Amino acid sequence: MELLSFGKTGWGDELLIATMMTIAVSITAMLIGFLFALIFTPLKLSKSKFLNLIGNCYTTVIRGVPELLVIYLFFFGGSGAVMYVASIFGYNEYIEINAFITGSFAIGIISGAYSTEVFRGAIQSIDKGQFEASKVLGLNKPIHFFKVIMPQMLRLAIPNLSNVWQITLKDTSLISVTGLVEIMRQSYIAAGSTRDPLFFYSFAAVLYLLLTYLSMKLINKLEIRYSRGY
Amino acid sequence: MDFELMISSLPKLLNASLITLKLLTASLIFGLFIGLFFAILRVNKNLIINKFAYGYSYIFRGTPLLVQIFIIYFGLGQIEYLRSTVLWVILKEPYWCAIIAFSLNTGAYTSEILRSAFQTIKPGIIEAGQSLGISSKIIFFKIQIPIAIRQSLPAYGNEIILMMKGTSLASTVTLMDLTGVAKYIISTTFKPIEVFIVAGGIYLFMTFIIHNVIKFLERKYSY
Repeated sequence: MELLSFGKTGWGDELLIATMMTIAVSITAMLIGFLFALIFTPLKLSKSKFLNLIGNCYTTVIRGVPELLVIYLFFFGGSGAVMYVASIFGYNEYIEINAFITGSFAIGIISGAYSTEVFRGAIQSIDKGQFEASKVLGLNKPIHFFKVIMPQMLRLAIPNLSNVWQITLKDTSLISVTGLVEIMRQSYIAAGSTRDPLFFYSFAAVLYLLLTYLSMKLINKLEIRYSRGY
Repeated sequence: MDFELMISSLPKLLNASLITLKLLTASLIFGLFIGLFFAILRVNKNLIINKFAYGYSYIFRGTPLLVQIFIIYFGLGQIEYLRSTVLWVILKEPYWCAIIAFSLNTGAYTSEILRSAFQTIKPGIIEAGQSLGISSKIIFFKIQIPIAIRQSLPAYGNEIILMMKGTSLASTVTLMDLTGVAKYIISTTFKPIEVFIVAGGIYLFMTFIIHNVIKFLERKYSY
């Protein structure tokens, strides 16, 4: 227990900050994932074969390749790619992207592929009559989407999104290979300097369990809220 | 694009994917037994046994695989007692540590898949067996298990693909699997995109094969 005390001698405060970092990365990655889903879900649902192909490529490749490999791609290739884009605009200095942004992007792209599949499934299982009815009533596109389709889609998507959230939360542990100090990295540092890996890795496991448990509780509340009237 | 590097790294990566496949098959075989064992415990009516099996699957599904590997590889070596037993021969090898971690992890997921398959079997089928005077042992092995296997094929196929991606974590405990070698080549040549295309292509190919084998089995055993 002494190892977990706050202050200079213990690892309590460091691990608390690391836990905050894990939560921050997970939320950022999840939001980036939603952005990707916003782009790729319409592509997967579109009638054009070509757009379909682009959407399918994204979800198949990302879901078929290990997360660690994607993270390595971003870790080693990220700043190179940004510098290449910057050089087109005439900026030739060295740019280094920090581990937080690379990590959130890598995990975000992965979670986006899963979110895309969830949203596609949810929209496809909405009754066809709903689309036809809003067309007949002459609703314009934004109202049709935000007031008719989205509320129904969310109810169907939330249980599966909670799975995506759990996957994302657990995937953030892989960012530790890039040196971002989140739970796994902090445990690694602590285990190295105290020579007590069993304790610190077990404690990391407890922290992850706590995070998944608490987030499940929260998501259950959301689920109840969005299935009002059913 | 450096095509020369792509071609020259292909044999190395293919060689490394053999280790990935070895890790995958070993952990799937062990995991299947562990999963079946815990699934049987989960359908048990005894509350303590039931809670124990639930706890196992909850812990292994709620924590990242990376933590599990680290606990087994770095953590268990710390226990003095373990070092003096025969188990140490296995536990000092990163290869076996990875297999143990993967098996326990996939076992937890498999137990959930099989449990839900057992629970969706219609009670009428079991009752029909009982009314024909078939012993409960034979009902279990000859009726419940084959139906459960068929029911769980699609979900289990997903689990195989997830596990294949999971084996990439073996590279964090010094094993040179496909991801490990890919990382090595990237860090020596600084050409991440080329290596990613080749290594990712190999992974996608394996996913493709697994996906189609499962589809074939689903069609073969459909009723």
